[in-house]
Amino acid sequence: MAHYVPPKQGKLSQLFDVVVLMALTFGALYIPMFMGLAGGVKSVPEGAGQTWEAMGQNATQIAQYNALGFTDPAAISNIINARYDYSFSITALLVMVVIIVAYYVLMLKFSETEYREVIAEKFDK
Amino acid sequence: MAEFDITSKERDGMGPHGTNVGLLRVLGPAHVWALGVGIVLVGEYMGWNFAVGKGGAYAALVACWFAGILYTCVAMIDSEVTSTVAAAGGQYTQAKHIVGPLMAFNVGLYLVFAYTMLEAANAITAGYLISQVAALSGFTGTLDQRPFIILSIMFLAWLNYRGVLATLTFNLVITAIAFTAIIILFLSTSGIIAPSMMHHAELFAGNAALPYGWIGVLAAMHFGLWFYLGIEGTTQAAEEVRSPARALPFGTLAGIMTLLIAATLTWYVCTGLIPWEFLGDGLNGSVAPLFTAALLTKSQPLVWLLGVGTLFATLASANGCINDASRAWFSLGRDKYLPGWFGAVHPKFRTPYRSILFLVPIALAFALKAPLDQVVTFSILSGLLTYTFMPLNMILFRKKWPMGSITRGYEHPFHPLPSVVLLALCAITFFAVFLGYGTQLVAMIAFYIVASLWFHFWRYRFVSRAAQFTMPWPRPKGY
Repeated sequence: MAHYVPPKQGKLSQLFDVVVLMALTFGALYIPMFMGLAGGVKSVPEGAGQTWEAMGQNATQIAQYNALGFTDPAAISNIINARYDYSFSITALLVMVVIIVAYYVLMLKFSETEYREVIAEKFDK
Repeated sequence: MAEFDITSKERDGMGPHGTNVGLLRVLGPAHVWALGVGIVLVGEYMGWNFAVGKGGAYAALVACWFAGILYTCVAMIDSEVTSTVAAAGGQYTQAKHIVGPLMAFNVGLYLVFAYTMLEAANAITAGYLISQVAALSGFTGTLDQRPFIILSIMFLAWLNYRGVLATLTFNLVITAIAFTAIIILFLSTSGIIAPSMMHHAELFAGNAALPYGWIGVLAAMHFGLWFYLGIEGTTQAAEEVRSPARALPFGTLAGIMTLLIAATLTWYVCTGLIPWEFLGDGLNGSVAPLFTAALLTKSQPLVWLLGVGTLFATLASANGCINDASRAWFSLGRDKYLPGWFGAVHPKFRTPYRSILFLVPIALAFALKAPLDQVVTFSILSGLLTYTFMPLNMILFRKKWPMGSITRGYEHPFHPLPSVVLLALCAITFFAVFLGYGTQLVAMIAFYIVASLWFHFWRYRFVSRAAQFTMPWPRPKGY
């Protein structure tokens, strides 16, 4: 196989590549946060109780909360009553599966093409 | 890039652009242990408790042990591949030699983001802890945590800039202290050397132990990974250990055993003292659960010990993360997968100084702006993608270079069982992340797809072909 000689990359082009990668990174991590789509979906059910009894706390649990400095149950009711909602649609699950599988297939396929080039140039002398 | 045996004892690894300036081979098995456990031990001090929030106390324990199995598979696979591919970059360098350049590029990014986000999470916890110390010392206002976050990251980056031996020796000492603090808390509260303070039966009463049922157990796997995330970082030191074949398997496997003990003790103490709803809320409830547990003992020496333990654990972890993320970034630059400017070694300190400096503002951006659970999730997702790559890598490694065809530093038993188990546990964890954090999962995968296309169709043109393959191995079978 012919020896591949990569082009020399100028400083400005190198800088541009870094900027692109950083834009992608911050986009992927920050955009869901700014759109309020990131983070756990935890919420307090409407009409949830705000007394120790209504929140189902026994004497030991109340004593531990008191020891942590929470003597007013209403002050900590948002933490005690908050729950995740684990209901989900099968479609959403399937979309996630397809995206993950497609990602790995794409990566392995392109990697294989590139790897064959590497091996050919390395060993076909 | 010059071609040579990376494991050579006559030469200090690979310098940039074919030069002889490389990373120093100065580390032993204890440093490898300290690097792995040092990064991860903070997972016992903060973050793991989100698993209690997602599924309850028992769910967190099941997740802790299943994640322990996952990481045992990771450690077994890592020990074999890394002791054979002993070069900086860890899994990145493995992917380059075994799967292909695009996979390697992706793995390099996984490592950088997993460690940089973990570093940000550590800095957030350090800032929180200092605000708690100020409150305990009588300060009544609201302490601005940001200067402490910035200071932590800058100090550790400076330490990494100066040299790897001092950095990891520092890690060895503070990790040992943080681990000892967990043992002392357990002995003091569980009834072994003092009357028991545990209330498991009362705190688990009603539906407190499994509030969401079995789906909660699945969901808890998401943060169950946090007990151990980063142990695979031992591979990053491969080019700087004196004897890769001995130090890497020993340090990594001793590390996972240490963590299994620490994780179980942590779960036992915290769930026996702290109500699950408070324990499971790591944002507004228990940010640092072992420290909260110490507060509940009302013992000042334990409060101070666990305060120091939490601070040391966060510093050790952030320190190791800077070490690992910068080496992964350095390796990407050295191979021109990223601009070659990053692939430079400091002429005096022999550290990848440009990579260390470049990643500082990224860590700061997330430590100062993002909530802890989201930073933790970003780190876990990148880690999870790495673990999904590892069984594929292992299977291809044994297929392309069957046993006996090359010298392996260590051969892990029961192949392909660890790979199959690891793949299955990764699939379960993807589902666990989907339960509650699906948007972040999709956003991250979308990022990697776009980055992969950018690499394959643009960036790869600047990469030499044969020079990427630096191991002194025969041609892979089937090629």
